[in-house]
Amino acid sequence: MSNRQPRVRLKAEHLGLHFGGVAALTDVSLEVREGEILAIIGPNGAGKTSLLNCISGLYRPQQGHLVFYDRQGNEHNLLKKKPAEIARLGIARSFQNIELFRHMTVLDNLMLGRHVHMKGNILTCGLYWWRQQKEEIEHRRRVEDVIDFLEIENIRRKPVGTLAYGLQKRVELGRALALDPDILLLDEPMAGMNVEEKEDMARFILDINQERDVTIVLIEHDMGVVMDLSDRVVVLDFGRVIATGTPDDVRQNPLVIQAYLGNEALMEQL
Amino acid sequence: MESGVFFTTYEADMALRRTPVQKIRLALFIVFVLVFPFFASPYWLNLANQIAIATIGAIGLNILVGYTGQISLGQGAFMAVGAYSAGLLTARMGLPFYLSIPIACLITALVGVVFGIPSLRLKGLYLAIATLAAQEIVEWTITHWPQLTGGTEALVIPSPMLFGVRLNTDFRFYWILLLAAGGTALFTANLFRTRVGRAFVAIRDQDIAAEVIGVNVFFYKLLAFATSSFFVGLAGALTAHYRTIISWERFTIETSILYLAMIIIGGLGTINGSFFGAAFMTLLPAMISNISRALRDVAPILATLLPAAQQGIFGAVIILFLVLEPEGLAKLWRNIKDYFYVWPFSY
Ligand SMILES: Nc1ncnc2c1ncn2[C@@H]1O[C@H](COP(=O)(O)OP(=O)(O)OP(=O)(O)O)[C@@H](O)[C@H]1O
Ligand SMILES: [Mg+2]
Repeated sequence: MSNRQPRVRLKAEHLGLHFGGVAALTDVSLEVREGEILAIIGPNGAGKTSLLNCISGLYRPQQGHLVFYDRQGNEHNLLKKKPAEIARLGIARSFQNIELFRHMTVLDNLMLGRHVHMKGNILTCGLYWWRQQKEEIEHRRRVEDVIDFLEIENIRRKPVGTLAYGLQKRVELGRALALDPDILLLDEPMAGMNVEEKEDMARFILDINQERDVTIVLIEHDMGVVMDLSDRVVVLDFGRVIATGTPDDVRQNPLVIQAYLGNEALMEQL
Repeated sequence: MESGVFFTTYEADMALRRTPVQKIRLALFIVFVLVFPFFASPYWLNLANQIAIATIGAIGLNILVGYTGQISLGQGAFMAVGAYSAGLLTARMGLPFYLSIPIACLITALVGVVFGIPSLRLKGLYLAIATLAAQEIVEWTITHWPQLTGGTEALVIPSPMLFGVRLNTDFRFYWILLLAAGGTALFTANLFRTRVGRAFVAIRDQDIAAEVIGVNVFFYKLLAFATSSFFVGLAGALTAHYRTIISWERFTIETSILYLAMIIIGGLGTINGSFFGAAFMTLLPAMISNISRALRDVAPILATLLPAAQQGIFGAVIILFLVLEPEGLAKLWRNIKDYFYVWPFSY
């Protein structure tokens, strides 16, 4: 690797988040660098999802700072922004338990990914032919591009609620991708998938990162996947960062081994 | 399912009616509504006009309830705001009806936004109760502010004039209503194939995911209340000019519930369904009283019972429909269409 440090795009400093007496995050600091795939791992309840929720504005940490740097290098304090504003900055995500718009078609779900880039208002939308048609077509093209990429052409017009689990996960990735994000946050995108589906998903994630220049933060339990995909790994345990580094560094870190002790399946993968 | 249909342009693929069959069906319907008044009796014209107004009101309510998932028991109140605004603008300020109607719609939209504010914090039944407050407040205002509204007295509105023609017959007013209902349906259909409508539906299906993908839920909820109330206000304003006499009793909680029943029976979140529900709820009571009139000669005893049983029959038919087709008449209609698509290979 070259010694040129890539730009930092997202920086968390001393984040603290608690729910009543439960500390979900304690003094969490990390940075996300331009162009990398950063994996966040840790046992159940370690605070991984909570961290993503802080980044996307769903949770408000009580302590710390959370800053996003846009392409022009401007600083944005995420703790002062609502989720919709954070999306507009170019941060998109998927959820651990699929959160799609169940009754809408795949196409409409993906078109919602274009929402922040569109301008249509109540009048242009209602009067369609006047101006909106043009905008819809323009963005439909972008969405079709995502549909091609994810190989979901044949389910375009299906309501997502009727799709198999693996496909729904893929559509959810598509919706986030349609936003053309700078940073993509993926919360266990491969959980519950079979081997073949996992391989597809891994390929998509790599392609998104390399060909579309999207920085990715990935929560994943499957260590094989983490080791293969990620450039760097952050390990959380009981809401604290216990290790940060390359996959190999982390694998050998005694604290990490300690955290995973007692979990045979995970130990084997380490 | 309409399978095997492919499109070469996005324009065609995104059209409201995508297949030739759909286009023909729509054309037939348009021809029907255009020639209908020339053949219909005054009785049927009157029913058609009622259906047109109810369709507009039902589409308005459906925008809020069916599409955006915000329950409202304030339909009667919003119709009242539209009706009284239009009525007072014409009766007291002498505005022509075609100016009073859009102004009334805007006023109702504004009132809708105010009563929509609780939706930012409340959901489901809690929101329903909050909108019930709208119903009570509006009713109370009308009956307790006689200087403005005439109070419990009926408000009489001069019959509408257009190009020197007095629109005081069902036949003449039919065209106004046709234009309004057609416009409402088209606007709404466009809305829900584009950006704003998608945002509404996203809020209904998963409001957190909507927020995270960039939909300003706060803004779009209020916009849904405004848009919905605009059309509900239109239904109210048209009622005022059609009836030329209105009183608060026309816009009580019963109206709110009637309209909710309409969109549930017709089909939540569909424009077809709004029309079917409006037609069904208008025609059913009319049919029941027709039957009782016919029975008067044949079996006088039955005939005297029927008016009393009317409400019961009305309710029973609604329950029957809901049990047989919970997704409403629009779904029933889809089933029939699907049947004919594969017909005669229906196995
Ligand atoms: N909304 C909430 N209210 C109360 N407690 C919460 C909430 N969200 C998270 N927590 C708590 O915070 C801690 C971290 O949860 P989190 O979901 O972030 O873990 P995770 O690392 O994503 O776990 P998993 O691997 O099971 O998904 C847990 O103790 C959880 O119970
Ligand atoms: Mg989690």
